[in-house]
Amino acid sequence: MAGKVSLILFSGNVDKLMAGSIITSGAVANDMDVDVFVTFWALLHLKKSGTPPPTLSPEAGPMAQQMMKIMAEKKIPSWLDTIKQAAEVGNVTVYGCAMFADMLGLKKSDLDPIVKDIIGVSQFVDMAKNSNMTLFI
Amino acid sequence: MDEKPSKIIDARGSFCPGPLMELIKAYKQGKVGDVISVYSTDEGTKKDAPEWIKKSGNQLLGIFDRQGYYEIVMKKTR
Repeated sequence: MAGKVSLILFSGNVDKLMAGSIITSGAVANDMDVDVFVTFWALLHLKKSGTPPPTLSPEAGPMAQQMMKIMAEKKIPSWLDTIKQAAEVGNVTVYGCAMFADMLGLKKSDLDPIVKDIIGVSQFVDMAKNSNMTLFI
Repeated sequence: MDEKPSKIIDARGSFCPGPLMELIKAYKQGKVGDVISVYSTDEGTKKDAPEWIKKSGNQLLGIFDRQGYYEIVMKKTR
């Protein structure tokens, strides 16, 4: 293991989720462990059912529709599949945010099995404090 | 190229980081001495994969331009 990346996924926009999953892949390719803390709008995309429809960041503007079409045509893998692929290659651990889960009454069993546990912010910050890189997306 | 690949990954049409991830997966499943070849059309992989092969202490046997894609060949040396 050559260090650790701590990643906080906040946005539920698919372009940002994809950025997070691609950085996760880059980290495991560099033999780094990755801890992912998923909160707010990103966490909604880990629900087993009733996930929100995919959206892009506002700066996509008029390109948004075209971009969605390109992603579908070129069969770009989903952010979640990319995270799962990275988890097959290296040590990737995904946590759900306890605060947001509590707010919406979500339990671990309501979320995709990639979620190892639901933890509080203090525990995540404690895990992140010795990492080489911490990103909030 | 003298060495015949023991595994070929056809990642044509797949985008960064897909081909590299598949290469690393095959590397982890393989054994020392294996020759692994990856076909790709993705330009990012053309830079990333050879970089990874060298950095991970393995041997880059070559990057070959094929018709409409390229092939990267590595030997698992550790």
